[in-house]
Amino acid sequence: MDLITPGSGLIFWQLFGFLGLLFILIKFAWKPMLAALEERESSIENALKAAESARNEMANLKADNEKLLAEARLERDTILKKAQEASVKMIEDAKIEASKVAAQQIENAKAVIETEKRAALTEVKNQVAILTLEVTEKLLRRTLSDEKAQKALVDEFVKDIKLN
Amino acid sequence: MTRKLLALSLLLSAFLLGFSSPTFAAGSEEDKTSFIMHHVVDSHEWHFATIGHTHVTLPLPVIVYSADRGLEFFMSTDFQNHETHAFGKEYAHEGYFIDDHDHLGRVDGASFTEFSITKNVVMMFLVIFIVAYVSLSAASHYKKNGAVAPKGAAAIIEPIVIFVRDEIAHKSIGPKYKKYVPYLITLFLFIWFGNLLGLLPGAANMTGNIAVTLTLAVLTFIITNVSGNKDYWKHVFATPGVPIPMLLIIVPVEIIGLFTKPFALMVRLFVAITAGHIVILGFIALGFIFESYTIGIVSTIMVTFINIIELLVATIQAYVFTLFTAMYIGGAVAEHAHDDHH
Repeated sequence: MDLITPGSGLIFWQLFGFLGLLFILIKFAWKPMLAALEERESSIENALKAAESARNEMANLKADNEKLLAEARLERDTILKKAQEASVKMIEDAKIEASKVAAQQIENAKAVIETEKRAALTEVKNQVAILTLEVTEKLLRRTLSDEKAQKALVDEFVKDIKLN
Repeated sequence: MTRKLLALSLLLSAFLLGFSSPTFAAGSEEDKTSFIMHHVVDSHEWHFATIGHTHVTLPLPVIVYSADRGLEFFMSTDFQNHETHAFGKEYAHEGYFIDDHDHLGRVDGASFTEFSITKNVVMMFLVIFIVAYVSLSAASHYKKNGAVAPKGAAAIIEPIVIFVRDEIAHKSIGPKYKKYVPYLITLFLFIWFGNLLGLLPGAANMTGNIAVTLTLAVLTFIITNVSGNKDYWKHVFATPGVPIPMLLIIVPVEIIGLFTKPFALMVRLFVAITAGHIVILGFIALGFIFESYTIGIVSTIMVTFINIIELLVATIQAYVFTLFTAMYIGGAVAEHAHDDHH
């Protein structure tokens, strides 16, 4: 047979065979296969997308958590600061109050002491006056009778005073 | 491993060399190389070997249709000498003969059409059977297991399917590629398996036969032009941006272009595969031409290397045929073909 003259028999059988093969393979091989491939590819793609969205969600959650945490921290700091301020103020107030009370008490004590002192002085004055009166009375009584006796009496009184 | 394979292939080549027909065909120079052409062209019988005087052949049916005698069936053995298995005009049978160039003829010279199951037809059905078997067993994996990871035959076929779909069809055709993927995969597998099996010793040069490549090219031509859209035909008959007087020249060129594309497909595959076979057989023939063992050994080594190259060529040619088919279809279905091609 010739090299470059196509044989009619071969063309006929080739058409018949190849078209048969094409028909059978399209129907029973390529259609199910391509469909399965596409299905698998789409399922892989979906899985990847799901993983991606899960990752994004995770990241969002994490960001939210961090935000919440940061807010909580801020709040805690404010509360602490306020508490500190309040405590400082309370201490200051207490100090001021205490010093006021102390000053008042000292004032009161001073007043009492002054009063007591005055009372004591008055008492002393009164006693001196009484004593003077008594001495004067006794002197006056003795003078009337005797000079010597008078002197002795004065000495005695003076001795008495010393002893007292 | 490589060394073992090499040694094995050398041994095998030497063995096949010993059994190839010309070994025993001592005679003229023409006899020593005639087996080359005998191998690359089609034949009415499948000759495997000649051992002593015993011819190991597969007789094949000869089917003829003629207007006056209708459909007739014979066997190739009807037309040959039973001793030498030689065809010749002298062995005519019921008005038909096969001459010594393996041509079927009619004694009275009337016209007829031949539908014989020749060597290449048998080879082609073998290839079709293997492709169908492998593809169907691959597809059954998906039917049984659903859309899971491939296994067995599916693991071999799936990468090819994905390659043809994504690298050839999608890239060359564009968004409308899905419709053409089954044809392209079938085309690729048919040519690829045909090329590879054609390299086996004793196999027929099926994909290197012009009738086979012609049929495939015609199918591509039909698919391309049937899918051709408005832009495609406008590009052919009223090429945009070309002045009307120039169209007188351009339009015939474009019309010729429609046919040169599949023609190139046909010739490329035919030449690439046939040339490979001729080179291999030529190296084998060297040993017989020089009648030297040394040249025989050297040429056997060369044959081994060329066989390895041919494995590559087998794949490349299958790829190229499929790729060009996809590109032609892509050119026919592209929405604004005239924008990308100038």
